Amino acid sequence: MRRRLAPYALILPGGLWLAIFFVVPMVVMLSFSLMQGDVVNGFRLTWHWQNYSEGLSTYDDQLIRSLIYGVLATAACIVLAYPAAYWIAFRGGARKTTYLFLILLPFFVSFVLRTFSWKFLLADDGIILSPLKDIGLLPQDFHVIATGFAVVAGLTYNYLPFMVLPIYVALERVDPKMIEAAQDLYASPTQAFVRVVFPLSLPGVFAGVLMTFVPVSADYVNSTVLGGTNNTMIGNIIQNLYLVNTDYPQAAALSFTLMAILLLGIFLYAKALGTEDVLEVATR
Amino acid sequence: MTATTAERKTAAPRRQRGRWSDRLLYGYTWAIIIWLCLPIAVMIAFGFNNTKGRLNLTWQGFTFKWYAQLFSVPDLTTALVNSLTIALIATLGSAVLGTLIGLALGRYRFRGQGTLNLVQFAAISAPETVMGASLLSFFVQLNVGRGYWTIVVAHIMFSLSFVAVTVRSRVLTLDPAIDEAARDLGAGGWTAFRLVTLPMIFPAVLAGSLLAFALSIDDFIITSFNSGSTLTFPLWIWGAQKNGLPPQVNVMGTLIFVAGILLAVGNAVIARRRR
Repeated sequence: MRRRLAPYALILPGGLWLAIFFVVPMVVMLSFSLMQGDVVNGFRLTWHWQNYSEGLSTYDDQLIRSLIYGVLATAACIVLAYPAAYWIAFRGGARKTTYLFLILLPFFVSFVLRTFSWKFLLADDGIILSPLKDIGLLPQDFHVIATGFAVVAGLTYNYLPFMVLPIYVALERVDPKMIEAAQDLYASPTQAFVRVVFPLSLPGVFAGVLMTFVPVSADYVNSTVLGGTNNTMIGNIIQNLYLVNTDYPQAAALSFTLMAILLLGIFLYAKALGTEDVLEVATR
Repeated sequence: MTATTAERKTAAPRRQRGRWSDRLLYGYTWAIIIWLCLPIAVMIAFGFNNTKGRLNLTWQGFTFKWYAQLFSVPDLTTALVNSLTIALIATLGSAVLGTLIGLALGRYRFRGQGTLNLVQFAAISAPETVMGASLLSFFVQLNVGRGYWTIVVAHIMFSLSFVAVTVRSRVLTLDPAIDEAARDLGAGGWTAFRLVTLPMIFPAVLAGSLLAFALSIDDFIITSFNSGSTLTFPLWIWGAQKNGLPPQVNVMGTLIFVAGILLAVGNAVIARRRR
């Protein structure tokens, strides 16, 4: 009897914490998204579904832009991370751990500080652009900050290590004997990569996409710091509606819309890739 | 994990691809590392910049004075102290709660395990904006004022699952017979845990705690929703940047960076020694 109760005693405090401060708030937010009212007079649950339709029609630009930026930055992360993860996994030798540590170094500096650092580096008269302008390689009015490119580049920078790590782990598990077997069967190095190594690394790519696409699409730090006023994402809107306008119902409806779209995207992606169990990959 | 796999693969794969492609990839990997570290280098360098006023934009010469005047921006110091104490409390809280869950998940099969896994997975992967927003909705609904303790509560919430996952994977590698042997020799549940189980899972608890500390001290998005008027280090930077960041921010960032690296390397050394 005691043994049967033991696991429940162990999970009770942490489970309660998650239930009260994670699950219940989601339910509260769901109910907020169907309310009407304002801070002064209070909010009442009126099943006001228009919060969703109005949110979608008012902020469709930002929502679509967030998803486009999310896809672009995630794709850029895959393309940039894969060769580095490949080299570290197969040619890193005894220094593999050191290389991985170097890739993870940015995590020891505050995310916000790193993003401001890029704003400083890429400023119109900053230390990268102004020498190039002085020698005439770039026109004087050239700028990077306050463009969509700067936002996508910042997002790619901030989330790249999250892509390198899982791809590395997947590649690291590939047995070199498999590659040798492919080559013994007269596969060229390219064929061996395309037919053997790459398919075996796909679970890593999948985990990486999971770890980057969701936070990237919901981010508002990069778009605020690097994007100026014309490249706002849905995270900016949600944050503004909550903290500045205190329009909680509208903000809650947008949060749920965003989460629903991201969840749907992940499941479609999981189906397309044929990965059996999303949970299995993610919780590993 | 990395140590054992590194040993397994030291035998060089035969028939490598052409040397030039290896060199190209080698250079590429270093280019990525340099790109990743560029903003850090700039941050460290400009902590030594001899600026006259608050603006820290162009190089004016080398100085140590900002290290000497590290605490001369009062509200920045408060924000840093808040960040450190919140991270400490949140780490302790999530280490205890997460370790207990990790033990349960690694050692027992029980009803509700799937639900718990699902909730933890959701708490790890839900977008921070949504988590911060929902927690704010919750506090608004309950009429709880936001401040220091709502930040602590939020940080424990989002980091305990990371500790649980880390501890669980360690517990799964342990032989349950060792714990049973301790009990057969007359140890009570608590004694067996303290003298047998805890030392064995300690590297995982430590690694999970370090992760929780790092997550907490760096968190901006969830904190920004639930901070009220309390400022943490990232929140202060966010609010101050319109007027330009003082060099003390660079110095504090540099010190956190160095301390973080020392902790991580220390942890890796401990983990290797325990093996």
